[in-house]
Amino acid sequence: MLTNTPPINYIPVFIFIVVSLIFGVGTLVLSYFVQTRIDDKEKLSTYECGSEPISDARNPFPARYYIIAMLFVIFDVEVAFLYPWAVVFDQIGLFGLLEMIIFIALFLVAYVYAWKKGGLEWD
Amino acid sequence: MTAQLLFFYFGGMTVAGAIVAVASPNLVYSALALLLTFIHIAGIYVLLNAEFIAAVQIIVYAGAILVLYLFVLMLFNPEKEKLYLHRQYPVGIFLGVVVLCLMLFAAFKTEILGQEGSFTVEAVRSMGHTDAIGRVLYTDYIFPFEIASLILLVAMFGSILLAGRGRHLRKRGEAFDLSGGGTPPEGKPKRSDEVMVGR
Amino acid sequence: MDLAIRIGIVLAEIAAVLGVVLTHVAYLTYMERKILSDMQDRLGPMEVGPHGLLQPLADGLKLFFKEDIIPTGANKIIFSAAPILVLIPALIGFAVVPFGRDSLVIGEFEITPYITDINVGILYILAFSSLGAYGVLLGGWASNSKYSLLGGLRSAAQVISYELPLGLSLVGPILLSGSLSMVTMTEAQGGGFWHWYVITQPIAFVIYMICAIAETNRLPFDLPEAESELVAGFFTEYSGMRFSFFFLAEYANMILVSCIAVVAFLGGWQAPFSFMEFVPPIVWFLAKVYFLLFFYIWLRATVPRLRFDQLMAFGWKVMLPLSLVNVLLTSIVKYFLNQM
Repeated sequence: MLTNTPPINYIPVFIFIVVSLIFGVGTLVLSYFVQTRIDDKEKLSTYECGSEPISDARNPFPARYYIIAMLFVIFDVEVAFLYPWAVVFDQIGLFGLLEMIIFIALFLVAYVYAWKKGGLEWD
Repeated sequence: MTAQLLFFYFGGMTVAGAIVAVASPNLVYSALALLLTFIHIAGIYVLLNAEFIAAVQIIVYAGAILVLYLFVLMLFNPEKEKLYLHRQYPVGIFLGVVVLCLMLFAAFKTEILGQEGSFTVEAVRSMGHTDAIGRVLYTDYIFPFEIASLILLVAMFGSILLAGRGRHLRKRGEAFDLSGGGTPPEGKPKRSDEVMVGR
Repeated sequence: MDLAIRIGIVLAEIAAVLGVVLTHVAYLTYMERKILSDMQDRLGPMEVGPHGLLQPLADGLKLFFKEDIIPTGANKIIFSAAPILVLIPALIGFAVVPFGRDSLVIGEFEITPYITDINVGILYILAFSSLGAYGVLLGGWASNSKYSLLGGLRSAAQVISYELPLGLSLVGPILLSGSLSMVTMTEAQGGGFWHWYVITQPIAFVIYMICAIAETNRLPFDLPEAESELVAGFFTEYSGMRFSFFFLAEYANMILVSCIAVVAFLGGWQAPFSFMEFVPPIVWFLAKVYFLLFFYIWLRATVPRLRFDQLMAFGWKVMLPLSLVNVLLTSIVKYFLNQM
């Protein structure tokens, strides 16, 4: 339900984001107008130890990175469940402790499986 | 009044970001627009006093899932390959209009109000949203919570199986190329990592 | 009218925090160069001002007037947007850091020693700092340079790998304080240094410090910008103000992670003994932050760089299980302590 007053503590956060965006863009624009510019074709070529750049830099790269990102998504969701649990830990007692032990046990099963299958190997 | 103004800002930016994400021919622009959408959705959650969900929205969607998207995009050169699915446009527009009509109908015609529970806006604000979620999730909704951990376990098995496929491909000296383009042309370094660093 | 004054106060506070943070960033570079040069038995910057004190200013001005080069084949829009995408997450985290204890009361308005206190403070910082990976990844990709792309990819992979143990190590202090708010967390550690969470959570503190160094791409974890093999990593092709934004973001991130460490483990602005409370809280806060920053620089001068596969293996195979075990142990011990 949308109430009439927005959560008051978050207004400064919103303003801060806007201010730092303005700071970033503003500094770049200001610098653009005062900087010296000299046109030179050679200057614009990308760095490759001094020789002419060969081929496009954007080649397909190893699937490793993709797999690490995939594991990260899964573990990140699991970690997100821990925060509210940690906050209310005192109120939910033994029940809360046991269910989180089950949760972390399943987490560890997934983790050990990933390890055994070589998902954590960086070859 | 301020809340309404902010809502229209966040809602408008969410929709605008989503439209750019769908319509942009450059996949990296789509990803950036999607980032904008996710952040503004988090803003809407904050307006609804769901601050924990807002933080998780940014951590999981913007911080993890979209990074995964970007990694996938960079597996196939997103500037060279314009994957623009023109043939599906009519179907997409048709489905979009149908869903939009349904949502407008739902928004203007029906009014479903449940019973007021103990977690009113005031109560959630005073105890904190993370507290409220924790109290409900780890007591009343314990079963869905444990099911979620099982689902994540299954997801892990799935991703490791995919990973195994990737290793198998690389053993044959090919880059893991999701675009299905096969081996890179002759003369090009096959794995930029190895060629560049020369380990 | 009331609202206008409140927003004015908030704007003034934001301006103050931004100004202070940017000044500290500038002098952190000076401090780093001086400490490194002392450790290596040389003088460091000496020319600009007495003992080179005006060096950061000179560097900033120089970069401001330098040309922003966009290399051929680069994607112009993303190349320009990436530095801003890196800088914003590094700055806005300071919105929830409590720098001191006492609020300044003028009439009916209260000026707090933090910009705002939100219920999910620590999650908010974690959430936005995870967005820093975009700027790095996109900046590396947009440059169309092999070094940049490789540096960006490595950096993003490193940041996401160390984010998990980082988040898990903070679960310990959250368990003990029962809150995600930075202000509440600081207040829960009052009454002497033995109440600080570094005493009760030593493993979490060590994990946090190591992961924080990895998150900020500092030595010995600076693989993404390892000079000896990747030139300058993802910002090889950047120059002028855009280059300085990456630089600013790196040092602002260093300060930010130190601030979180101070709040979550070292008692924030709390004095170590109650008889030392005559020293203003903000001095304690700054002293602790600078102690950690000195530690970072010290590490840079001492420890050699890891290899990238070692770095990833260390994150996934050592830090992650260790931080999980720490969470389990903490919760079990806390449960039995609550029962007594």
